[in-house]
Amino acid sequence: MLEITPLHYSLLSAALFMIGVIGVLVRRNVIIIFMSIELILNAVNINLIALSDRLQDLSGQVFVVFVIAVAAAEAAVGLGIVIAFYRNKETVNMDEIQIMRW
Amino acid sequence: MAEALVFWTLAVLILGLGILVISARSAVHSVLFLVLNFLLVAVLYVTLNAEFVAVIQVLVYAGGIVVLYLFVVMLVSLKKAPERYADPRRLPWTGTLLAGAVLAEVITIAVYSSVSGGGSAAAADGRGFGAGTPFADCGGAVSCNTEQLGWVLYTSYLIPFEVASMLLLVAMIGAIVLAKRHL
Repeated sequence: MLEITPLHYSLLSAALFMIGVIGVLVRRNVIIIFMSIELILNAVNINLIALSDRLQDLSGQVFVVFVIAVAAAEAAVGLGIVIAFYRNKETVNMDEIQIMRW
Repeated sequence: MAEALVFWTLAVLILGLGILVISARSAVHSVLFLVLNFLLVAVLYVTLNAEFVAVIQVLVYAGGIVVLYLFVVMLVSLKKAPERYADPRRLPWTGTLLAGAVLAEVITIAVYSSVSGGGSAAAADGRGFGAGTPFADCGGAVSCNTEQLGWVLYTSYLIPFEVASMLLLVAMIGAIVLAKRHL
């Protein structure tokens, strides 16, 4: 309880990851679904940083930098899609976004 | 003792804010909880000796990405929140239950592998797996982490770094093409 091991960080990371997954599954607002994806990426980053500290290996931190770069790219493109979609359909409801469905 | 206190405080706050992000009624509130969540995760990085990543977290996430989200939330003015539409095909409680089951599974795996000692044996002798790039000892200088990370990034990870910059360029062009009405 008082000694913090990498297991504690893994459990925190798993819990945050699942909060993100629940957000993706349950919410209907596309913007909030994107935010849940950011939570998921953050959970992964916590795991990488904790293990980087534990193993005294900088590669984990390098990976986190790449994850942040990919998250920034994902947010930019995703929100661009949301704006484009809102302009056409006047909605950000996930259940109404089915124009790609055959 | 102090480390444990900091960790538990941060863990409770991070998880609580995470739950608030996905449960807040208004999207603006969600974004604001998300900022707090990112800042607390940055504090967690500082306690884990990753100062450079903590600064990047504050600058890129809390400063850049969240502002982008806030802009989109403001641009997309909704007369009726998407959650108000009843959709019989959506099963929120089933989703929550399934996610809870996966969480239980992941926790079991983590606890089991930590108890049975898989992976911690490599850490026990003081060095990481494989080739690795170990932390250098530089007497607690603040810029130490940044210097080492820069060195690793521009030597061992030079090609991935360039690929990441290409990805950002492509994403930037893609976002402009998507969001612009007439090119």
